[in-house]
Amino acid sequence: MAKRKSKLIIKKHILIPKHIKLSAKERDELFKKYNISLKELPKIKKDDSAITSLNVKEGDVIKIIRMSQTAGEVEFYRGVISE
Amino acid sequence: MAEEIDTQQEYVHKKVENIVFGVASPQLIKKMASAKIVTPELYDKEGYPVDGGLMDIRLGVIDPGLRCKTCGSKLKECIGHFGYIELARPVTHIIFVNIILSLLRSTCKECGKILIPKDKIGRCHAKLDKAEAEGELEGRRAAIKNIISGLKTVNKCPYCKARQQKIALEKPTTFVENDKKMSPIEVRTRLEKISDEDIEIFGLKPGYVRPEWMILTVLSIPPVTMRPSITLETGERSEDDLTHKLGDIVRINQRLFENINAGAPEIIIEDLWDLLQYHITTFFDNNVAQLPPARHRSGQPLKTITARIKSKEGRIRHNLAGKRTNFSSRTVISPDPMIELNEVGVPKVVAMKLTMPIRVTEWNLEYLKKFMERGSSKYPGANYLIRPDGKKKKMTDETQEALIEEVAPGYIVERHLMDGDIALFNRQPSLHRMSMMSHKIRVLAGRTFRLNPAVCNPYNADFDGDEMNLHIPQTEEAITEAEVLMQVQTQLISPRYGLSVIGCVQDAISGNYLLTRGAELRRDEAVDLLCRVGVKDFSKLPSKEMINGREIFSCILPDDFNFKGKSRSVDEKGGNEVIIKSGKLVKGVMDRDNLGEGSGLLLRTIHKNYGENKAIKILGKIFKLGIVYLARNGFTAALSDSDLPEPARMKIKDILNKAEDDVNNLINIYHQGKLEIFPGRTAEETLELKILELLNKSRNETGIVVAEHLNKNTGSSVMSDSGSRGGPLNLAQMAACVGQQAMRGKRIEKGYIGRTLSFFKKGDLSSNARGFIRDGYKGGLTPYEFFFGAITGRDSLMDTALRTPKSGYLYRRLANAMQDLKVEYDLTVRDASGRIVQFRYGEDGIDVSKSENGIINIDRIISNVK
Repeated sequence: MAKRKSKLIIKKHILIPKHIKLSAKERDELFKKYNISLKELPKIKKDDSAITSLNVKEGDVIKIIRMSQTAGEVEFYRGVISE
Repeated sequence: MAEEIDTQQEYVHKKVENIVFGVASPQLIKKMASAKIVTPELYDKEGYPVDGGLMDIRLGVIDPGLRCKTCGSKLKECIGHFGYIELARPVTHIIFVNIILSLLRSTCKECGKILIPKDKIGRCHAKLDKAEAEGELEGRRAAIKNIISGLKTVNKCPYCKARQQKIALEKPTTFVENDKKMSPIEVRTRLEKISDEDIEIFGLKPGYVRPEWMILTVLSIPPVTMRPSITLETGERSEDDLTHKLGDIVRINQRLFENINAGAPEIIIEDLWDLLQYHITTFFDNNVAQLPPARHRSGQPLKTITARIKSKEGRIRHNLAGKRTNFSSRTVISPDPMIELNEVGVPKVVAMKLTMPIRVTEWNLEYLKKFMERGSSKYPGANYLIRPDGKKKKMTDETQEALIEEVAPGYIVERHLMDGDIALFNRQPSLHRMSMMSHKIRVLAGRTFRLNPAVCNPYNADFDGDEMNLHIPQTEEAITEAEVLMQVQTQLISPRYGLSVIGCVQDAISGNYLLTRGAELRRDEAVDLLCRVGVKDFSKLPSKEMINGREIFSCILPDDFNFKGKSRSVDEKGGNEVIIKSGKLVKGVMDRDNLGEGSGLLLRTIHKNYGENKAIKILGKIFKLGIVYLARNGFTAALSDSDLPEPARMKIKDILNKAEDDVNNLINIYHQGKLEIFPGRTAEETLELKILELLNKSRNETGIVVAEHLNKNTGSSVMSDSGSRGGPLNLAQMAACVGQQAMRGKRIEKGYIGRTLSFFKKGDLSSNARGFIRDGYKGGLTPYEFFFGAITGRDSLMDTALRTPKSGYLYRRLANAMQDLKVEYDLTVRDASGRIVQFRYGEDGIDVSKSENGIINIDRIISNVK
């Protein structure tokens, strides 16, 4: 298939929650708060469509703000992995 | 801390540092064997095991009196010894076919080197190590798989430049290269060429595994202790399945030897070789997809090695992970509403078999002696006496006197179960923690376990023949734990939805409904009623001659209890509000919405305000009050309950006639092609949808008519209104119209071509030809209506029967996947290795069992603080 630029911007879709890249400082604070390393975080692939425009690399942490049935708005974190 | 570890080390005799799995080499098999097996015969004429046979006594002893020729020990001392047979031709081991296939595909057929260029091998190793660091062994395995699949397409050896052929596996055990069969001998020579260094990439450890060992040249014979024979009453011997299978292998192997030596034609040898392969394959695994399973003469499949280990009935899940317990009992259950909610009725026969260990002290010595005097056959007696050194003595008529003489502090008497002892009560399937609760024992006559019908719900029990298990905890710790953590009252609030799992059911709801809906009793009747329920304080009863139901109900409530809620039915004034003020039910009726399990907040509020112990007592009293009142009042569901007055029947008839006309109208419009079609649907679908909607609507209309005209004071109406059993829909089905019978969301269309029954015309789409039952159950169904009802009835029966095992397996997988998730102190949910699953439990961090229906009622907290 030829390269065709899709008109659909996945990031803006109503069902895609907000993905934010954490700064190194924020990331370290998160690790300290939960006493964890990247290994213990849930994962997200580097080429996940929701974070392609965030310019992430392996080891970054993504903060996801989701709508929750039980708690309204919820923060969730994922560590970026390759493949 | 350091000391603790040291004391532990004293007991650590030997420590397992690591385990390496490998493949047994032919040399190893020979080395660990103590006999070479050469003949398929088992016993000689005298019935003595043949030397070199499969039951050779060098392989261990299974008969009493014989001694093992290898180790010299007797039966039960000798653990058995392996033997071996030399195979006439090599044979592929079924378990390893997939590894062999990938080895063949990814190594050169000429030089045996792995098909990765020299400079890339280092990178390969690095990749694997990285995968292991990230995903542990599973990650490494995945990476190996990845590399191997990449080598499948390489068609030129990077070392000797030899062209590679496509190798396929012809299941189960034949390898094919370019449509030419490879014999196990060829495969073996190929595998021999692979170097130890290359093996490592495949995840095989040099020194422990050689690829060629995966093709068998000798076969290890398991010891006879692993396959003991059984002597039947007739004196005949019945051999184990494995022995049978090994007999086949040895026999074919001998024949193969003879044929080769005699120089028999190639075809015969090939055939025997294949047969040997088949026997050895089924010896390891009798459930290979492409092979017919080897069978007994009776036709039942042999249970060979894999079947012994694998799945539910296998060694692991059945014998190792499956535990069996003493001090337990199982029998049929039956209801007894008059025992407390946290009691269980135990038959006397059971109470005299199961025991409670009581430690003898100075102070209870005389008391326990009385039990011992009664012995094991008189209730309440004692069955055993345990000496301080742990010796257990049974109480019999002979030993009784001596034992009574002997008891002293420090002994333990195992006495019969008595009222108030603690027991664990369980019904399978144990799907949640309320499936096993602790009850107080109540010894009763009869042969069944008795339980209060209100606790049926958490166990999901009914009395159509259900059986339940009873366990008696035997140590102080266990008893206390059961009492503190597992008693019925501690399980009152469900951790799933934060409401009471135990509530009034059936008659208890009907009774309380009738009582609070405006019953009036004489004072003596009221006192009698309350007395039966267990209320002893009548000061709350107003001092008047006639007392109404609400005042009686209020006697059970605590004096300072305030509550506001809603009921599902309306009281005599037409409101559905329930108000309790200072422990008095001022307004409203009690029905399922307030008393039932899993609904309403009355029970939840009582639990919150007064604690679990008081809550369960109050609940028990409410339950009994309902049942006792109903029993005294009399309650019945009669045929005349669904009688409708003539105008109502006319109305219903009109509604249904109109519906039928409307349907026919729709069908006409459809045939004329003028039907307005829904977007995304065909004309047929649109018609069906419209008809379904129409018929459902008219059935509901009949329901409304029925609800308007039925007598509110009949048993059926009371049950429907209070929510104790049945609803308005069931009443309407009895009195007016059963309604459309649907299969998979559609009207019935199965049967003959174009019609449901030969009674109808082809292509008839009218309501009654497609499963609409316009009569009510009481009025009676026409034959075809009855048949449609039977169709859906059978369908739903089949559906449940098929769904139950499926959902059971789904649950098992889910439970196994989530069993060690845990909420940590930092409120995160983590798995066993500390990985975060949720950052807050349920995203809101609410402990449902401490909430009300999953919600924290902030308004009430505020009003309480004020």
